[in-house]
Amino acid sequence: MNNLLSKYPQEIDKILAKYPLGQKRAAVMPLLYLAQREPGYITKQALQDIADILAISITEVASIVGFYTLYRAEPGGKYRLQVCTDLPCALRGADQFLEKLCANLGIKVGETTPDGLVVVEEVMCLAGCDKAPLFQVQSGEGLNYHENQTVESALALVDQWRSEARTAGASLASKENGELEPVNIKAEQGLTSLSNEDRLSIQERGGK
Amino acid sequence: MSEYILLRHRQIPGINKLEVYRQNRGFEAFKKVVTTMQPDEVTEVVKASGLRGRGGAGFPTGLKWAFTDKKAWPHYVVANADESEPGTFKDREIMEGNPFQFLEGVAIAAYAVQANAAYVYLRGEFWQLANSLDGCLAEMESAGFLGEKLFGIEYSLRIYTHLGAGAYICGEETALLESIEGKLGQPRLRPPFPPAFGLFGKPTVVNNVETLTNVPLIIDKGPQWFRTFGTEKSPGMKIFSLSGCINHPGNYELPLGTTFRELIFDYGGGLPGGRNIKAIMPAGASSSLIVATEQALDTPMDYESVPRLGAQLGSASIIVIDDSVKMDWVINKTVHFFAHESCGKCTPCREGTYWMRHLTDRIATGRGAVEDVQLLQAVANQIKNKCLCALGEFSIEAALSSIERFKEDFA
Repeated sequence: MNNLLSKYPQEIDKILAKYPLGQKRAAVMPLLYLAQREPGYITKQALQDIADILAISITEVASIVGFYTLYRAEPGGKYRLQVCTDLPCALRGADQFLEKLCANLGIKVGETTPDGLVVVEEVMCLAGCDKAPLFQVQSGEGLNYHENQTVESALALVDQWRSEARTAGASLASKENGELEPVNIKAEQGLTSLSNEDRLSIQERGGK
Repeated sequence: MSEYILLRHRQIPGINKLEVYRQNRGFEAFKKVVTTMQPDEVTEVVKASGLRGRGGAGFPTGLKWAFTDKKAWPHYVVANADESEPGTFKDREIMEGNPFQFLEGVAIAAYAVQANAAYVYLRGEFWQLANSLDGCLAEMESAGFLGEKLFGIEYSLRIYTHLGAGAYICGEETALLESIEGKLGQPRLRPPFPPAFGLFGKPTVVNNVETLTNVPLIIDKGPQWFRTFGTEKSPGMKIFSLSGCINHPGNYELPLGTTFRELIFDYGGGLPGGRNIKAIMPAGASSSLIVATEQALDTPMDYESVPRLGAQLGSASIIVIDDSVKMDWVINKTVHFFAHESCGKCTPCREGTYWMRHLTDRIATGRGAVEDVQLLQAVANQIKNKCLCALGEFSIEAALSSIERFKEDFA
């Protein structure tokens, strides 16, 4: 039973049609985006589903998740608020912006707010250097840019999400305790593969 | 600026709509090449225009097309819309404001090399942009500019978008091709180059967005018209992305050969807070640091003149640095970027950027020993000429040039 295929049959057909016959593997990146859309990360089941659709190994699918920064292997805040602090943005105060934003939210860079709603991350250049400080927000709704920001405007956005979450009823924090299981990539990949810990330490050292 | 040829949306409101684009001769060039020209003639026109790749390398575009191997089929065209160099934000404005001119350029390139499929590779962060381009492509298909038997001729073309997912290295053309193929975005050993062995192992032309956006007007108005802009060896207009310590950051479409002084002071409004200019990075984070002397400011920004200052024009992403900024902090920023973005394939780059990051962390926070600067130079020199792609080379440019040219900041 392929959950992904039964959930999005038409979209998957459309994605596969973009690539030549015999080159199905090229669809791995769009399929990962599709799989991530609802849960906000790539589940263990999704890795297997994609591997089955493309007739490649689950390790090959997992390696793509590990290499590219916009895929997540584990659940986290519903909204990933990603601030660029590269040189051109830093010359326009992006470091101070990030620091104050985090202080106001009561978290450190890379941490998720206690309500499970927002994770603040520091990212590399977003191609908006003339409109710094800026950040992008990655969520199930896609990826959106917020440019020429102040700490106040960013906090207003977070407040808006919080009130939307309240309206939606269910507390995200409690939901995460129950339904979402982190992916155990190590167990899936076998002995020669990287564990999440290994991967993090390699990322730390410059590779991905 | 009297006339835009790339950022035409600034003069023609609504040109991002197919109807308005067509009212402004949109798709006339594509129709002309498909119905009246042989593929090789199209390549010859582009060659004659002197158009050079706007992604950074400045390679002659027509020559690249002519290299496409005619013994192996099918052919592909790939538009590089990965725009990830810190300081570069021009392709995004083109695709948002003037998307059809860009897509017409893709279509003309495809016809010139007889490709029936083309891909636009966008960085993952351009998710919204990919959605709007998909809308443009659907409109083009309805209008008969994409699909089977175009203009009644035995030629078919489809263009597809493909989203990356956050990796600077995918701007390198062979890493980009690997990424479309569903693999890790890591560069290939070259040769063979993409015109011989590209996407799915087939001959492929890879061009930057800005490069392709020039093409429809070159066809429509002729190569001699194009050469009325810019210099003899660097003809045409160029979009300069201006950022950093500047009053009016943004994109400026100007003839190649415009001086740094004109861009920074006439167009960019000078530096804020009455500060003086200290350094210029002409090619984003991949730049050598230019000392902003009077002579440097009067240097024309073209592919031949900037190297005389010990730097490259690259993608023309001009980052302005004022006299309050210390260079040890600048290189700490650029090295962090490259250490994060190294794909990990080549050991000198992967390990070298890692150690450079530790060294610049120490130096920039005043914890460095005198020997650390020498060690940093030694590590950088061990990356040089030892990697498959230019990322490793770029990672050391800012560090080595600023240690050499701004000694007082490393004392």
